[in-house]
Amino acid sequence: MGSTAAAAAELSGTNLPQPRLISQRQRAWRAFKSNKSALVGLILIVVIILVAILAPLLATHDPLSQSTINRLQNPSADHWLGTDSYGRDVYSRILYGTRVALMVGVLSVALGAVIGTVLGVVAGYTGGIVDTILMRIVDIMLSFPDLITGLLVMAVLGSGLGKLILAIGLTVAPRFARIAYGPVLGLKEKEFVEAARAIGQNTRVILSRHILPNIAGELIVLASLWTASAIRLEASLSFIGLGVPPPTPTWGQMIRDGTVYLANLPLLSLAPGIALLIAVFAFNLVGDGLRDVLDPRSN
Amino acid sequence: MLRHIIRRLLLAIPTLIAVVTIIFLVVRVIPGDVARAVLGDYASEDTIQRFREDLGLNDPLWVQYKDYMFGLARGDLGDSLITRKPAWDQIRYVLPHTLELTAAAVLIALLLGIPTGIVTAMKRNTWADYLGRVLSLAGLSAPAFYVGLLLIYFLSAKAGLFPAINAGNFSDPIDNLHHLVLPAITLGLVETAYVARMTRSVMLNVLSDDYIRTARAKGITERKVMIHHAFRAAMVPIVSLVGIFTIGLIGSSVLTEEVFARPGLGRLLIGVTKQYDYNMIQAIMVVYAFIIVIVNIIVDLIYTMVDPRVRYS
Repeated sequence: MGSTAAAAAELSGTNLPQPRLISQRQRAWRAFKSNKSALVGLILIVVIILVAILAPLLATHDPLSQSTINRLQNPSADHWLGTDSYGRDVYSRILYGTRVALMVGVLSVALGAVIGTVLGVVAGYTGGIVDTILMRIVDIMLSFPDLITGLLVMAVLGSGLGKLILAIGLTVAPRFARIAYGPVLGLKEKEFVEAARAIGQNTRVILSRHILPNIAGELIVLASLWTASAIRLEASLSFIGLGVPPPTPTWGQMIRDGTVYLANLPLLSLAPGIALLIAVFAFNLVGDGLRDVLDPRSN
Repeated sequence: MLRHIIRRLLLAIPTLIAVVTIIFLVVRVIPGDVARAVLGDYASEDTIQRFREDLGLNDPLWVQYKDYMFGLARGDLGDSLITRKPAWDQIRYVLPHTLELTAAAVLIALLLGIPTGIVTAMKRNTWADYLGRVLSLAGLSAPAFYVGLLLIYFLSAKAGLFPAINAGNFSDPIDNLHHLVLPAITLGLVETAYVARMTRSVMLNVLSDDYIRTARAKGITERKVMIHHAFRAAMVPIVSLVGIFTIGLIGSSVLTEEVFARPGLGRLLIGVTKQYDYNMIQAIMVVYAFIIVIVNIIVDLIYTMVDPRVRYS
């Protein structure tokens, strides 16, 4: 880009300052970078991803290995955050817990975003009776708190990692359907969409090339904020006892197990809670930052 | 006004029927063999058949649906699969505790959240604003059970000020309030974050309007501008958003009740879910649906009161 502008300046033989040509994406990135809290969130997310990948290297103990004589120990040089009621190392379990949190957070939102966006876009574009029924169901699902929807889906599906991802994905899907639906109603009447129809492009191409890019910004913001909520939801369901079954380390389960010893060994519950808080906070910061950048109305 | 209320109640009926139908389908169709889930893998074929017969599970789905809907119309929420007693008997016992907790939390959230939102909007981009925003985003990030655990640790286990578990009896108001303090603060703080954030953004929107500049130009004190001009206009969107967040708060009440081992609808739901008592799950979901519909109607009525443009039509 820069070289084009320079070449243009050379050709015209003037030294007048040229308008800097930058792409939409570069402009968004610059705005995002100047938003300090969003940048902090992004850095935190990178650290969290690294912890999830490098957990085996960073952990000081096997997160699953039990040791009865070492149970319920205070923090020490060997066990930095102490041990739980099975003698397992709390610090190592928190590191491994990052994996479940990230996996559920990212995969469930990806699933929910795809299902919800497809439903919303198709309903908005085609209209008619299917549209009416579908959006009625979406509205009813939206009127329920996410935790209660998640709980209901887990109750009928049963527990397990895959089912947890599905349950949270289904909870999230209607929110994407709602956000995708509205703009599509307006967009499908626009000239450029009509033009695409007129030159005979098929519906799938119109939806993916012309409609989707126009709502991508809002969907990205929603995905980031809902990743935060999905991680919180995963921890909540695990805390209730309806998440990934033990012995897989999850923050919610660790917090639950620790409550019994809260008075004497508060770190058992409070330490995994801090990890949870940081993860959710990071995705919320980035979501907020992206909204400021991608949605000019919010300023 | 009365006619308006009756109209809203009648309009809610089709919505409720749709909601109950969805709940019925989800709970009756997806889990597969309910009898097997409740009775366990070792139950004999005979026992399972009798169980199905007793509960009408052998009837075609539409017959079950018809029976269920007619039952509901008479106020019958069905029987528990485990105790075989009416679901309402258990729900009736815990419901007041949940309603009490929710109402107290909404009160705390509004009393703390609205002033915080106004102050951070007035002092935009100062340290007070940043502090308020970071704290409210942290509040949004913290699940209710974690806030509850912190309060239990510091105020109950360490300071010994309040009981950590259970709920007080309604016949003893002092004991009841004493048990309510920590759960209500827990749930209230989580909601405060939402209320503060949305109040701030609504106020910022209103403050950029022309009539605010006019009011300031007339020389009215900043305090008066805020209270008489900005906040009155901001009330309308705030009221409609409070409804949405009250519903979110009902979700968090499940976690609050669980962490404080406090009797309530949410804790009952968790218990029956672990027992695969699908009839109870269904009954509790229907009660939640009722509560949500009623909250929406109340918000609607307040809306018509704060916004004179909305007529009872």
